[in-house]
Amino acid sequence: MADLTTNFLGIKSPNPFWLASAPPTDKEYNVRRAFEAGWGGVVWKTLGAEGPPVVNVNGPRYGAIYGADRRLLGLNNIELITDRPLEVNLEEITRVKADYPDRAMIVSIMVPCEEQAWKDILPRVAATGADGIELNFGCPHGMSERGMGAAVGQVPEYIEMVTRWCKQYYDKPVIVKLTPNITDVRKPAAAAMRGGADAVSLINTINSITSVNLDTMSPEPSIDGKGSHGGYCGPAVKPIAMSMVSEIARNPETRGLPISGIGGITTWRDAAEFISLGAGNVQVCTAAMTYGFKIVQEMISGLSQWMDEKGYTSVEEVVGRAVPNVTDWQYLNLNYVAKAKINQDDCIKCGRCYAACEDTSHQAIAMSADRTFSVIDAECVACNLCVDVCPVENCITMEAMQPGEVDPRTGKVVQKEYANWTTHPNNPGAVAAE
Amino acid sequence: MSSPMTPGIAAARLPAEILGENFGDLHAPFTPHEAAVAADRCYFCHDAPCVTACPTNIDIPLFIRQISTGTPEAAGKTIFDQNILGGMCARVCPTEDLCEQACVREMAEGKPVEIGRLQRHATDTLMAKQRHPYDRAPETGKKVAVVGAGPAGLACAHRLAMHGHDVTIYDAEAKAGGLNEFGIAAYKSTDDFAAREVDWLLGIGGITVQTGVRLGEGISLGGLTESYDAVFLGVGLGGVNVLGSAGEDKDGVRNAVDFIKELRQASDLAALPIGRDVVVIGGGMTAVDAAVQSKLLGAQNVTIAYRRGREAMSASTYEQDLAASKGVRLMFNAQPVAIHGNGAVREIELEYTTDDGSGLKGTGETVRLPADQVFKAIGQTLTTDGGLALAGRKIAVTGAGRTSQAGVWAGGDCASGGDDLTVTAVAEGRDAAMDIHATLMGSN
Repeated sequence: MADLTTNFLGIKSPNPFWLASAPPTDKEYNVRRAFEAGWGGVVWKTLGAEGPPVVNVNGPRYGAIYGADRRLLGLNNIELITDRPLEVNLEEITRVKADYPDRAMIVSIMVPCEEQAWKDILPRVAATGADGIELNFGCPHGMSERGMGAAVGQVPEYIEMVTRWCKQYYDKPVIVKLTPNITDVRKPAAAAMRGGADAVSLINTINSITSVNLDTMSPEPSIDGKGSHGGYCGPAVKPIAMSMVSEIARNPETRGLPISGIGGITTWRDAAEFISLGAGNVQVCTAAMTYGFKIVQEMISGLSQWMDEKGYTSVEEVVGRAVPNVTDWQYLNLNYVAKAKINQDDCIKCGRCYAACEDTSHQAIAMSADRTFSVIDAECVACNLCVDVCPVENCITMEAMQPGEVDPRTGKVVQKEYANWTTHPNNPGAVAAE
Repeated sequence: MSSPMTPGIAAARLPAEILGENFGDLHAPFTPHEAAVAADRCYFCHDAPCVTACPTNIDIPLFIRQISTGTPEAAGKTIFDQNILGGMCARVCPTEDLCEQACVREMAEGKPVEIGRLQRHATDTLMAKQRHPYDRAPETGKKVAVVGAGPAGLACAHRLAMHGHDVTIYDAEAKAGGLNEFGIAAYKSTDDFAAREVDWLLGIGGITVQTGVRLGEGISLGGLTESYDAVFLGVGLGGVNVLGSAGEDKDGVRNAVDFIKELRQASDLAALPIGRDVVVIGGGMTAVDAAVQSKLLGAQNVTIAYRRGREAMSASTYEQDLAASKGVRLMFNAQPVAIHGNGAVREIELEYTTDDGSGLKGTGETVRLPADQVFKAIGQTLTTDGGLALAGRKIAVTGAGRTSQAGVWAGGDCASGGDDLTVTAVAEGRDAAMDIHATLMGSN
């Protein structure tokens, strides 16, 4: 069984699965249970400054999006940072860390954008023995309206400034958590790096309204007839998060900056994908909130099995393996030609591929009287929609054509050589191939 | 109080509460949660095979999607648009041979979407919630006679009334409903559903029902064709085939359909006598319905004896399994040769059969089974043909139920073509109505 021990910024944990700063990590009771279940580390729910704690709403905090069989695909929340006294949290963190020295304990912090506020809290956090801190520059609701959370994360200069204060007043690793509610995630990541951040973590939650109650005309979750945008997370946000992680991983300015990947990680496979796109570890929240802490066992066994099968002996070996293959559209090989192929033995004859192709795509699937569905190569552009809508995994596959074969759609011979848009004759800005 | 062991024919073999349980819904209705889970399994297939398999062509993927998006009433309307008796069909259709057999998830996983139960969920919801969901077109002034208030006649009458025609239904029985009311197992139509469905269907207006009127006794086809602009015959199969075995006239030997009818109309099941040893002759749904209900009434030993092999049985595998699960013994390749007893039946003698490809033959070897009652379920026959041309033993029809006589249509079990199923009868009644409408309005 592959060794999943992870060293992230010098912080060791038995596996790369950390619980993200969120409701599951708000208190000692939960965190102890998480560690007992096998989680490699936690990011303690965000602490605020000394003084009366924030208050939460007393109605629903979460809204959801479902797939078939009410499988939770997306969750949003309007919960704020911890609403428990700072002193209580610090005592609990100290106790838990002492009892679980082999697990990663990171403390999430969000205090006002004033140097003194950070100067006040950092020594107290350091005194807990925690392994590092995460700066919550991502929370999109409630706190951002008070000039914290995403309000900081949306201004690169503030990120850089606060990060610098933290590096000045705290001697352990500083992770900057980024908000996705911006246009170019590379900018805040670069700012964090300039401020001296040891790592970035992303994504925080996305501004969202999950549903509208059509009787009361209130957005959900509804508090006495009114709703507010909340932070969206869960499996639905994974593609957005992975794109952002990859952008930071392959950006020359931030290349090499450690990343803690967050966003809809539900299975070992999701985790492996984030890691391959440059994450040094991953943080999980919604999956635990949906299924409980036990899911980490599947994540551990699955990642180990896959690594064994692939011959990887450490998580580190996997980190960033897919990054070189993330490119810009203009560099994709236009000489690569594929065709859909339907495996008739696996086909259950539902006809969804036909409906999708006939109604919304390229009329490249034929349907016979006995419901045999077959691809018309002369029409197929290999768009993959049939694969995506087929209920049976791997029933429809995309088969690459071999160089020298004639594409019946274009009548052209498939070329062996790579050629992209930058040199394509239809591109007015094409440059001559060298 | 008697028990299953009480010799002879006896009432009250089981306590009332057990009888109540035994004759409760065969399939309990879905709760909304169960319906949501079941509906989520539908793939919304293109040109879906389940629709093709449905004799009434209900748009099944659409109605299931309507359930899954929280509008079971709209789902009910989708069903009734094609099949106004969709409520009964949801209960009695052999879905395992029709839509659910065709379901792609049956092919994929051996577990089809539970279309029948979802259909019941939708139709029950709409019927419970709303007044009759269809409005009549302006009156056309045309009058149509429908003979037979079974599934074919009711479906025909409803569609005609919807198009503004004035319909009179004649039925020989004291109640409308036909086989829905008299001919199917009680556990498939609980809480007087057949009668409630007829009342609901008649809510369209424009339909008059005259019960206790039999074709050939008081009304004639000739008279009807003179008085009405069109006539639809949905008279079913009123006769029962005879065994032709010695002793068939002994007490305790009766037609299964009569037993089922008596049971369906019984106000107190505990008062209904049943034999300790019951033998049902036949291999169709009627045989299964009679056998299972005998068992549920408390008969100690119930046997279905069928002269051919299991594969030839017209009752579906599901029905066979249902019978077996209730404790009915299925005996194959055994045909009755004699019924023994002094006045009343005591034993039935069966001869084993074989079929080497040249037709069914007795082997000469016989076996005797104790029998207090023998129910004959070896098929029904047409008793009322109105002098129309026949195809085999049924009224010959072409197209949408056109008989050999202009102005006379026929559908359901009495007409040629199609399976003898409720859902087929509904389709034929509906389609004949559309053809009658087109003919009367001069667009044919």
